[in-house]
Amino acid sequence: MDTQNYFRLFDLPVQYDIDLQALQGNYRKIQAEVHPDKFVTASSSERLQSMQTATLTNEAYQTLKHPTARARYLLQLQGVETLQDSNTAMPADFLMSQMEWREAMEEAQYAKDVGALEALLSTIQNAGKSLQAAFAQALANDAQAASQLVRKLSFIDKISADIHDMISRLED
Amino acid sequence: MALLQISEPGMSAAPHQHRLAVGIDLGTTNSLVATVRSGMSTVLQDEHGHALLPSVVRYLSEQEIIVGHVALAQQSKDPINTIASVKRFMGRSLQDIADRAHIPYRFVAGDGAQSMLQIDTRAGLKSPVEISAEILKTLKLRAEKALGGELTGAVITVPAYFDDAQRQATKDAARLAGLHVLRLLNEPTAAAVAYGLDNAAEGVYVIYDLGGGTFDISILRLSKGVFEVLATNGDSALGGDDFDHRIYCWVLDQVRSNQQHFNPLNEEDTRLLLTKARQAKEWLTDNHEAQIVCKLSDGSFVDVTLTVDKFVELTQNLVTKTLSPTRKAMRDANLNIDEINGVVLVGGATRMPHIRHAVEDYFKQEPLTNLDPDKVVALGAAIQANVLAGNRSDDDLLLLDVTPLSLGLETMGGLVEKIIPRNATLPIARAQEFTTFKDGQTAMSIHVVQGERELVSDCRSLARFELRGIPPMAAGGARIRVTFQIDADGLLSVSAREQTSGVEANVVVKPSYGLSEETITGMLQSSFNAAESDKQARALREAIVDAERLIEAIQMALTQDGEQLLSAPEQQAIQANIQALQVLCKGQDSQAIHQASEALNHATETFAARRMDASVKQALAGQDLNSLEL
Repeated sequence: MDTQNYFRLFDLPVQYDIDLQALQGNYRKIQAEVHPDKFVTASSSERLQSMQTATLTNEAYQTLKHPTARARYLLQLQGVETLQDSNTAMPADFLMSQMEWREAMEEAQYAKDVGALEALLSTIQNAGKSLQAAFAQALANDAQAASQLVRKLSFIDKISADIHDMISRLED
Repeated sequence: MALLQISEPGMSAAPHQHRLAVGIDLGTTNSLVATVRSGMSTVLQDEHGHALLPSVVRYLSEQEIIVGHVALAQQSKDPINTIASVKRFMGRSLQDIADRAHIPYRFVAGDGAQSMLQIDTRAGLKSPVEISAEILKTLKLRAEKALGGELTGAVITVPAYFDDAQRQATKDAARLAGLHVLRLLNEPTAAAVAYGLDNAAEGVYVIYDLGGGTFDISILRLSKGVFEVLATNGDSALGGDDFDHRIYCWVLDQVRSNQQHFNPLNEEDTRLLLTKARQAKEWLTDNHEAQIVCKLSDGSFVDVTLTVDKFVELTQNLVTKTLSPTRKAMRDANLNIDEINGVVLVGGATRMPHIRHAVEDYFKQEPLTNLDPDKVVALGAAIQANVLAGNRSDDDLLLLDVTPLSLGLETMGGLVEKIIPRNATLPIARAQEFTTFKDGQTAMSIHVVQGERELVSDCRSLARFELRGIPPMAAGGARIRVTFQIDADGLLSVSAREQTSGVEANVVVKPSYGLSEETITGMLQSSFNAAESDKQARALREAIVDAERLIEAIQMALTQDGEQLLSAPEQQAIQANIQALQVLCKGQDSQAIHQASEALNHATETFAARRMDASVKQALAGQDLNSLEL
């Protein structure tokens, strides 16, 4: 089994734009064969194999399903690490929008305005979509730019998660 | 004599090949056992025709234990030794039980401040695990009588929101009862299986499961036999019992305000009033008011009338409490109300009309109740047990369940670093690298917690792992990769390896709430309170059963794939191991059988890996037009 490459595992071309339906369909087909539920009465070496293979299949599926994780993984396959933790330098305009979004969040939280948070979330997700499109372009010819796009996408994911948390807190 | 042998498509016609497997719903209030017979999932009844076994255990003496209806009837007479709702105490410490002042048992704290509580009974100190095992034993006996043979295994259901300690406690109870656990299955998932298969349902379904002591909400996508849990949430200390308790407190208030002198209640009175409260709650499902009348032990009378409106007022905030997890699950699943195809109600407590109304109001659709909310979990568990035991060969059922709570590690300053997020599809593993901070350091400790909060003190301590046997190196030199694996039962295991030397570090687990392996072994042995020779006979029998199970599994695999995947010498090597084990199984040496089983297992590792490879290849090779429309 080709565990070296998640795309090949699911019989998909190694590229950013993938057929998510095919990913889901092939994921389910593989789990239908390797899931621990299929090996309950098998020998313990097979049960262990099954658990490891099903775990890997889940990991691979989540990586390819999630746009940011998929982008990071593609760079990894090219030998480019995105250095999330150490490289936090960002262009000034991106930092500006970050600050504006955070301010909008605080205002909405103060006003307990869930609607405003939902609207902000959708603005941010749209920004994310353009970054994803840019990534697909950059991947082939500019690894450094692609790498920075992944870092930007991670920021977008983080702020989206924070808004989600804020909405659930406000709703409780 | 069987006149006609009917065999289901995909089911074995040979009766000796049909493995007896059951699904068990180990509930807070009632427990059930079900099995698939002639292709139909059915709840098994006791000799009096009862399907529900009240989850009540009375200890008459060390030897004499009563479980079920009789124990329930004697509850008020002997409240201290008659344990109900034991599920609420599984994997819980004394300080976890907030309302213990109102529960008429003699609780004893466990060994450590955080270890599982015990209950002092006439038969001595009993762990919730042992008490639950009595319920399971009764159901096992019922099933074996009804099915006429020994059980191959059981699927036992647990609330989806149960944490690791509660799941482990359930598995330990099964082991004490002599049950082979095929899988711990989440209750809402079990209900979805029963409901989904029955109604050929497709789309997104919500399972709202309010039992006697636990609340679960699960959102699943059902598609062509795949049951994919999108999100789950809940409250493992909220259920029908809490509604009883509200009535009980209200009755006390009423009585106190009417009487000059009100003696404090003794244990019998407490139990009596709680029983009356439960009966009133059930009565109010179909009636406008309930009368609560009883005579207390001091001779005074209680006589109050509870109207539906008052009952709703007393308990409305409990109903509201279920909506917060519901909203969280919807948000985690990233779904809107209008994307939900159906809402299934599960658990006896969902019979209360104001619960139904609240669910209907929230989801803007009438909930589905065409399956008995008391039985649907057991029925689904039986279907899954039948599949897992291998009685159904058509592979059209796949359950993809999730972990309900995030798993994290304690870091500096008592903060939690999340390593596995909630709602991750199981099985899942995450590796984390650690390093030593002192020269020559050979051990380190890792604290694992479950929960969503940022502070360790707000999460649930799961276990402390001690890594020992790290090769001594300079500070920061050792790189220890620790892998946290959650299996399909939702249970955690940890392994560790030093990266530069490849040395496997020894992981010693100190479960925060669970029972240690020695305690379980001790309980197993004392439950047979027999001579040394009996213990040995039992150990031998267990070793032989395990060995036979292993041989059968490997022979089946060899028949399927031996020729294709193994060379002749490789096949011979496995066969030689099988024969060696078979010879030992005729002898008396359980230790030798264990060792030979291990050796056989080891000999098949390559074969297992090749089979898994072949499975993956085969999964995608059979592409056809239909599959492209998935």
